[in-house]
Amino acid sequence: MSTVAAARNVTFSYGDTVAIEDVTLEVESGEFLGLIGPNGSGKTTLLHLLLGLKEPDSGSVELFGEPVAAFEDGHRIGYVAQQATQKGSTMPVTVEEVVEMGRYPHRGAERLTDDDRTIVRDAMSRVDVDDLRDRRINALSGGQRQRAYIARALASEADLLALDEPTVGVDAESRDRFYGLLDELNDEGIAIVLIEHDIGVVTDRAERIACVNRELYHHGDTESFVESDALERAYGATGTVVHHHH
Amino acid sequence: MTGLITRRRLLHGAVVGIAGAVLLLVAFMVSDGLASLGLPGGGFAAYLVLLGRAVGAVTGLELFGFRFVWYSLATGALIGIVGPLVGIFIVHREMALIGETLAHTAFAGVAGGLLVGSATGWSAPLLVSALVAAVIGALAVEWLAEHAAAYGDVPIAIMLTGSFALGTIIISWGGGFSGLNIEAFLFGNISFVPVDGAWLMVVVSAVVLAAVGSRYKQLLYVTFDEQAARVARLNVAGYNRLLIVLTAMVVVGSMQVLGVILVAAMLVVPTAAASQVATSFREAIYLAVLVGETSVVAGILIGYGYGIPAGGTIVLIAIGWYVLAVLLADRGISLSTRSAS
Repeated sequence: MSTVAAARNVTFSYGDTVAIEDVTLEVESGEFLGLIGPNGSGKTTLLHLLLGLKEPDSGSVELFGEPVAAFEDGHRIGYVAQQATQKGSTMPVTVEEVVEMGRYPHRGAERLTDDDRTIVRDAMSRVDVDDLRDRRINALSGGQRQRAYIARALASEADLLALDEPTVGVDAESRDRFYGLLDELNDEGIAIVLIEHDIGVVTDRAERIACVNRELYHHGDTESFVESDALERAYGATGTVVHHHH
Repeated sequence: MTGLITRRRLLHGAVVGIAGAVLLLVAFMVSDGLASLGLPGGGFAAYLVLLGRAVGAVTGLELFGFRFVWYSLATGALIGIVGPLVGIFIVHREMALIGETLAHTAFAGVAGGLLVGSATGWSAPLLVSALVAAVIGALAVEWLAEHAAAYGDVPIAIMLTGSFALGTIIISWGGGFSGLNIEAFLFGNISFVPVDGAWLMVVVSAVVLAAVGSRYKQLLYVTFDEQAARVARLNVAGYNRLLIVLTAMVVVGSMQVLGVILVAAMLVVPTAAASQVATSFREAIYLAVLVGETSVVAGILIGYGYGIPAGGTIVLIAIGWYVLAVLLADRGISLSTRSAS
């Protein structure tokens, strides 16, 4: 099994505040990794480090076996940011235009081809947003919008899908449907890294858990995580644990 | 669905019409330029001026019988295209004030150019020194934004007022540069767009069209979702710099007509109007160009006709479009339902 993303002894600080300290972890191809931790624990920072959005103060990061700075195959990663683009609130962009962005890294300065458009259409119908293709992304509900972003990742033919609390503000039914979709994609071999504050969702779905609060408290399969005391240690006395079993 | 298609066709037609009109105006400039160099090919410009006189004789509207009006219109028509074209990315990056800032930087450049010119007798074209200053200002703002971690309005405000302050001091220091009307730079002066100024606008427009045309996808991605664009390994910092330098070029080109103080309007207002009613980003671009173009051309003609400042007229017409767009969007004309959930 090859490694999709790997962090080795990574440390990162915002000024004097250490956000991530000496974390080593890897994401294997095709795995479903849940990244959990209390608020302000550095989950998003760790994800940003893994994706090369931030540079570690020390330690190293590799994507698909290459040092992150030299990694060029951006299309292999689909990324859905926290509260994905509030920009959508004013910018007139359609669902189709958003999904087409998934093809941009493949084409560079060239025009999109007919093949690209077919891939875009397939991605939209796969996640069931093809009826919405001419709608402005900001006119969609939270669940529809997240599916559109997943379609963008599908259109780019990503091998790794990184999601940062994708279902904040999404109603329960759409959320279940969304996670069902993630399961399907994972079964097809796409590696998933999911940040989620609802630990129940993660333990239900992820094969492995990384529990972080500045340092890594657990990195291994979900079963051993549930049995361990990593959660209590990571969340400490002050943290609130959200349990939400289905 | 058919409504959407009809709407697209209409817009497409309008944009093709605008492109045709702009080509005609640029063709006038080329033809007139050839004539002034003593080369053949000046017939077309002479013909258009003659036609303008004939129109004047029949309708009493004498504007088109003057060469300088053709130059003004050509410059204005280009502003009406490239202003919104760059503006749509700037506005949606939430950098609306950047245009205003660069205009003030360019003003400092004009002042500096005047000083150098009067001291050395070497009269570098003022617009070129304005362009240099604006591009330096653009890169400085970009540097500040990168190092202050955001496009905060504080560094922008400091840059804006600071460069204007510098400009005023240089001008008073240079002591009444003879014969130059600073007001023309502040408020624009449509009644005399110099020939080289019009040509500068042609060059600026060619660069902007080539850059946006070939990098449309990347600019859209970076504007819409900067983080995802970085994950997709687009050179986000490079595209930010490109955008801001293009803005500086458009600002300097447009300054001649709109003036330092109003130049930002052409970047912001058409885009704001279009974004109210557009159903897609591409449509927003078409609509913004349509709004920009109609405002500039009508503003110039009304300005001439009634002897009022063209810059102010252009901006007020554009704002009129904006208000109309807000009202239409309010009534759900935008086809895109505003909230589906």
